[in-house]
Amino acid sequence: MAIRVQIEAFDPGAEVNAMHAANVGVGAVVSFVGYVRDFNDGRDVSGMFLEHYPGMTEKALAKIALEAEQRWPLLKLEVLHRIGALEPGEPIVFVGAASAHRQAAFDACAFVMDYLKTRAPFWKKENTSDGARWVEGRDSDHAAADRWGQ
Amino acid sequence: MSINVLFFARYSEAIGLDSLEMEGEFATVDAVRQALAGEPDFAVLNETSLMCARNQELCSLDEPLQAGDEVAFFPPVTGG
Repeated sequence: MAIRVQIEAFDPGAEVNAMHAANVGVGAVVSFVGYVRDFNDGRDVSGMFLEHYPGMTEKALAKIALEAEQRWPLLKLEVLHRIGALEPGEPIVFVGAASAHRQAAFDACAFVMDYLKTRAPFWKKENTSDGARWVEGRDSDHAAADRWGQ
Repeated sequence: MSINVLFFARYSEAIGLDSLEMEGEFATVDAVRQALAGEPDFAVLNETSLMCARNQELCSLDEPLQAGDEVAFFPPVTGG
């Protein structure tokens, strides 16, 4: 697995291509890219800051990725998450899962995102027309994570 | 025993601190929380949605502690 936590922007297309570049046994790549929206909960968003817990962040992502590798036959799994200042339209997160067949890749990618949303120590602070505000956690994220059981 | 306590995001803003060192006997993560939460500056630690970690792993409030542990309190995570 590869875990990256970085300030720098990334190219989602290049990340997808790299998922199978080194392994012709890969028959399926499923990827998720999360982007900064310009609107949230009724307010225009002009940018955001992503705080995290240095040290724990990397461990939490590695633990989630390891669990995915134990559940599904993956050939490659990459989790990339940005921190710091971000503008609308910029990618925040990339999850790529490569497998011989599609179902494992689909499921592993969804699983990693659902667990990341509820277990990885990141916090978004949005800049809105009414000033800066912390984004609140959503119950729907916990419901999504719960569907994978323990 | 000495425990290093960290706060993140909205909690660190509300408390006005990123971290502090606590001296005393704390059997669990919740003992640390209770020792602080009575102070007005630390009132956010009474929120029912509070999350916590011991030595950089998510845990429950009844997680046992050892001297030198790192304990963190934070609001629900919102990455992704």
